[in-house]
Amino acid sequence: MEGRLRQGESHQERGERMASPEDRIRELKERAMRAAGKPAPYGPDIDLSQYSCTPQECAYAEELSDIRDVDPEELARSGVDITGKGRSGSFVQLDNTIVHRKALEKGVEILGTTEALRKYDWAWEYFWNVVQVDADKYTADVELNGYEGYFIRALPGSRTVYPLQACLYIRSPRLVQRVHNIIIAEENSELHIITGCASDHRVDMALHLGISEFYVKRNAKITFTMIHNWVPGMDVRPRSGAVVEEGGVFLSNYIVMEPVRSLQLYPTARLVGEGAVARFNSVLVARPGVEMDVGSRVVLSAPRCSAEVVSRAITLGGSIVARGHLRGEAEKVKAHLECRGLILEEGGGMLAIPELEATVPNVDMSHEAAVGKIAQEEIEYLMARGLSEEEATATIVRGFLNVRIEGLPPVLEREIQKMMEISQRSAL
Amino acid sequence: MSEREEEPRDQVVLEVRDLHVEVEGREILHGVDLMIKFGETHVLFGPNGSGKTTLLMAIMGFPRYRVTRGRIIFAGEDITGLEPHLRAQRGIGIMFQRPPTIRGLALRDMVRLCAGGEIDLSAMAEEMNLVDFLDRDVNYGFSGGEIKRSELLQLLAQDPRLVLLDEPESGVDMENLQLVGRAIRKLLQKDRRRTRTKCGLIITHTGYILDYVEADTGHVMCDGRIVCSGNPREQLEGIRKFGFEECARCTR
Repeated sequence: MEGRLRQGESHQERGERMASPEDRIRELKERAMRAAGKPAPYGPDIDLSQYSCTPQECAYAEELSDIRDVDPEELARSGVDITGKGRSGSFVQLDNTIVHRKALEKGVEILGTTEALRKYDWAWEYFWNVVQVDADKYTADVELNGYEGYFIRALPGSRTVYPLQACLYIRSPRLVQRVHNIIIAEENSELHIITGCASDHRVDMALHLGISEFYVKRNAKITFTMIHNWVPGMDVRPRSGAVVEEGGVFLSNYIVMEPVRSLQLYPTARLVGEGAVARFNSVLVARPGVEMDVGSRVVLSAPRCSAEVVSRAITLGGSIVARGHLRGEAEKVKAHLECRGLILEEGGGMLAIPELEATVPNVDMSHEAAVGKIAQEEIEYLMARGLSEEEATATIVRGFLNVRIEGLPPVLEREIQKMMEISQRSAL
Repeated sequence: MSEREEEPRDQVVLEVRDLHVEVEGREILHGVDLMIKFGETHVLFGPNGSGKTTLLMAIMGFPRYRVTRGRIIFAGEDITGLEPHLRAQRGIGIMFQRPPTIRGLALRDMVRLCAGGEIDLSAMAEEMNLVDFLDRDVNYGFSGGEIKRSELLQLLAQDPRLVLLDEPESGVDMENLQLVGRAIRKLLQKDRRRTRTKCGLIITHTGYILDYVEADTGHVMCDGRIVCSGNPREQLEGIRKFGFEECARCTR
């Protein structure tokens, strides 16, 4: 954590406190090399040598509508509004190439990550701080084999009304897409991001490795909504972390309803300043053959922090492990964990693992977990109102997945609702 | 006027014939007969466990309440084998005493489902004092009175021809009772006379609801049978004075 800007510290002051960039880079490479064979604690282990693709180069487009190397409908499917309307900026990456990035509002900056490293001599300090480079072989692989991704920064005090949109798209089979995103909300700023990840239907097999590091500074706010629309041959290993300072708010929504071969993630938010807030919502649907292991962790290490982790999982024959971990390390923190699972079809299964941990006495932490089928009395209730059994079931499932996300601007809430409905229609 | 055109008042809306109903393998109703005509409201009295709720549930067609003998005829059609939603679509509506919560389904959407068409939702919610509840999950954290109001709002939206109400006054405070009574009056078109088309079958334990809603006929149920039918006020008076035991004995 020493690389993080301390409260009230300037970039220069930190530079003096820190080792030189060259030392840091060398150290990261060494740690990555040592971790190159380290399996992740959860999820099926992936043999990285089976991916052999050299990504094709794609042409950069000044305007969203000029992107040539992917069908606009495919972009739309991943949640990108190709008109750019109602967005404060856009970022599109195909395979490992950035084909478009543009901010449309003042106060917010969108760069590619390697571009940011060239542009700002302090940028490197935001890399591999909240996600460790040697966490597992996937983080190590990203560091060792090079990455792209977005570097999004809300300048101090800026508040964009519209969300930024980002799309990470895989078009080449047998590719490893290596993404490293840095998201910074400077003091008193507010930033809303929608990220859609998708892959071409012809991709029979590919791997997405995505590192995302979030920095929520004092009294700043980030809402991050990620929608995954992969194909059945994809393996997906996002590695995300957030650090939230005093009065800061981090809201993360993760939605995956389309099939994927395996998906494993366990992002962690660290609340380090008084009164910081984190909320994770996950909505998961697993069809047959799908293996998901999805958790969220919040470490509350400053007084009066609060956290909420909510997951809604449905199996239609796939297998889901829904994890959640809250750790209270400071007085007067408040946190709640909710894992709810519905088993609509047999064949897979559901495992909910909620964990609560506290190191000080004065904390208020709770959890609830429930796994099962739809209650017959709920179905009958709706049938008595005129719905057939199928309609009643669908209505209950829709409601189950309808996690109301508090603290989102209405524009974004509507947008997410719309995207959820599209995903649901194709998934269920 | 041909002879075939009867007065609507004489038309039978619901006819229950020799109804035997089992719940989890045990027979609860041992042959119930009941007839509700156009525009009539009937009330059901009876001690706990006498089968009142079972009768309502069987009329609605919930699978747990298995009809082993007898028939349920609604508006001339034998509906004994129909699923609940088909009965609802034909015009039967039920107020649940303890409805389940459906997470993620807002009351607003539930009411729209009930209506199945255009309704003036905000006016209706206003009337039931539920405007602030429209965006809440249906029944989630609702108090007893709020549940009753929410159920009635749903029924008003559904606007069924036959309304089945299971102890609409239970758990409702005096203030809410007026509101509940008013809503039931509206459901049953109590402010009309000649043109009244709606029917009701109301279970009441206390009879308080009769202060708000006039009933045409009362039935006393004991041990899975209707043992007495007649003037509901007189029945209630009898029950209050002598209890159900005496009331049942009088028929023997």
